[in-house]
Amino acid sequence: MSKPLIEGAIYDAPRFLNSGETALVVEFGRSVEPEISDRVLSLDAAMTALKLPGVRETVPTYRSLMIHYDPLVIDRATLIAQVEEIASRPGTAGGPASRWVLPCCYDPEYGEDVGEIARMTGLSEEKVVSLHSGATFRVYMYGFAPGFCYLGGLPPELAVSRRTRPRPPHPPNMTLIGGGLAIVTTFSMPTGWWLMGRTPERMFSPQREKAFLVAVGDELKFEPVDRDTFLSLDARAAAGEVVARREALS
Amino acid sequence: MSEGTVSGAALRILAAGPGVTIQDAGRHGLLRFGVTGAGPMDPLAFALANKVAQVPDGSAALEISMGGVELEAVDAAITLAIAGGNFRVTLDGQAMPSAARLTLEPGSKLSIKAGEEGAWCYLAPCGRIDIPAQLGSLSTHTRSGIGGLQGRALAAGDVLPLAEPKVLPGGAMEIEAPVLKRPGDVIRVLLGPQDDYFNDAEIAAFLNGPWTVSVRSDRMAYFLDGTPLTHAGGFNIVSDGIAHGGIQVPGEGFPVVLMGDRQPTGGYPKIATIIGVDLGRMAQLRPGSVFRFASVSLEEAVAARRAEAAEVVSGWALAPLVRTSLSSEFLLGCRLVDGWVDALAED
Repeated sequence: MSKPLIEGAIYDAPRFLNSGETALVVEFGRSVEPEISDRVLSLDAAMTALKLPGVRETVPTYRSLMIHYDPLVIDRATLIAQVEEIASRPGTAGGPASRWVLPCCYDPEYGEDVGEIARMTGLSEEKVVSLHSGATFRVYMYGFAPGFCYLGGLPPELAVSRRTRPRPPHPPNMTLIGGGLAIVTTFSMPTGWWLMGRTPERMFSPQREKAFLVAVGDELKFEPVDRDTFLSLDARAAAGEVVARREALS
Repeated sequence: MSEGTVSGAALRILAAGPGVTIQDAGRHGLLRFGVTGAGPMDPLAFALANKVAQVPDGSAALEISMGGVELEAVDAAITLAIAGGNFRVTLDGQAMPSAARLTLEPGSKLSIKAGEEGAWCYLAPCGRIDIPAQLGSLSTHTRSGIGGLQGRALAAGDVLPLAEPKVLPGGAMEIEAPVLKRPGDVIRVLLGPQDDYFNDAEIAAFLNGPWTVSVRSDRMAYFLDGTPLTHAGGFNIVSDGIAHGGIQVPGEGFPVVLMGDRQPTGGYPKIATIIGVDLGRMAQLRPGSVFRFASVSLEEAVAARRAEAAEVVSGWALAPLVRTSLSSEFLLGCRLVDGWVDALAED
């Protein structure tokens, strides 16, 4: 197995790593960068379109694509040859398709840690909120639990370390920050991240026709709303309505 | 009893310890949305139970934890296949083999409890557990509340409707399957995907162990106790995909084996991944079990997988529990279960 490259580097050619005999990791880099993500999503789209026999499913993450496969149907060498052929073509990822604007209530009741984030960063609470709500995030991946969206694009001023010890379960539909990244959650879970605010939107709703709201690669912004607006939108979202605003991007 | 389809059948849970769930082959295609695959902890025992029950591969079965289960058939008799974990199986108090195919008549009680070893047992009905799939699967993932019955473990009083329940001829039989007799003292792995986060001495220490399965272990992960490993560099990686059997090493250095209910992605280096045919061996280790790892090549892992797939198809046989000199044609027409129970009742 080749030596790790310098952190942050985008590899000239993808690395192929084994996750057992039924999963192949195609790694394009080691950091969170739009260019790496574009390559991951480009390969993901091509593999999905190709429908290779023996390929069970693909999982795009920040910097790699995990290809789950049946080695009794397609062997690793054949799979790698296909991936290399796809990777040699010009990228097909055409940038984000949509921008989602998620209402977000930063009041202390929901943004429990805004005060602590302000203390850690030396910023005012107002500045913490305005930096977060002013940022344009990119959805890099889903992970951890159904509908948990992992975002990049957090302003560097808000790059606080994660908690040293996880806190008890947070309420559902929170936006959290930690380690220079942001997440939008669905289920109530214990977390090592900091609670920034709560959105009425459901990133995952199994009853909805589109169970998962956003696509990996989409842009995402947060729009501050007050407590009353949050409660009213939350009731509508609970009834099945999509309360986030979707803007088409060219 | 004759072979044929009856209607209105169900299985009623009379008692269930924690962690008894419905599992099928798992929830596929949604890992990309953060949805856990779930599925059986011991894929081999699960596959074998379904083969013996003569239902399609991957059909939903009961996964029985060390908490054990007691159940009865409602309205109609049903044939059931039981395999995995060397559990104690009793039908109306009479001991049965731990791997068996038997028919449960209404009014009879089947009990399946943990034995001397083993952690997971599968009960596959000869019929279909007739509950709605969620996100394409019946597999239960309790942490996200998806699948099975309301996304939770089974409890006393639950009734599982059965579609197309069948009674297979032959009465109670022992499943003779050498492939189920798997020692768990050595678990084979393929190194990677992040073995380059450890130097050679740490890789050797990881393989040699010995490791002890921690009491914190569950369907999501088996935590290992032993001498902690040291990372060559950092231990935070940018999150990437996690395969079934992936072994993460968090900062404190104790390996964590990610099992059926694992999260689809994670941010700790994965030193190695358990090969497919040893996932069940690992799963069947109880807290306190001591074992070590052995590194194999991709070719060895694939060859082992191919061999095991053949064993599931043809590497087992059914042996009747009642030994007589009567012809097999006669035996096939007999109510063997009733005869066997009656004979004991007269003692």
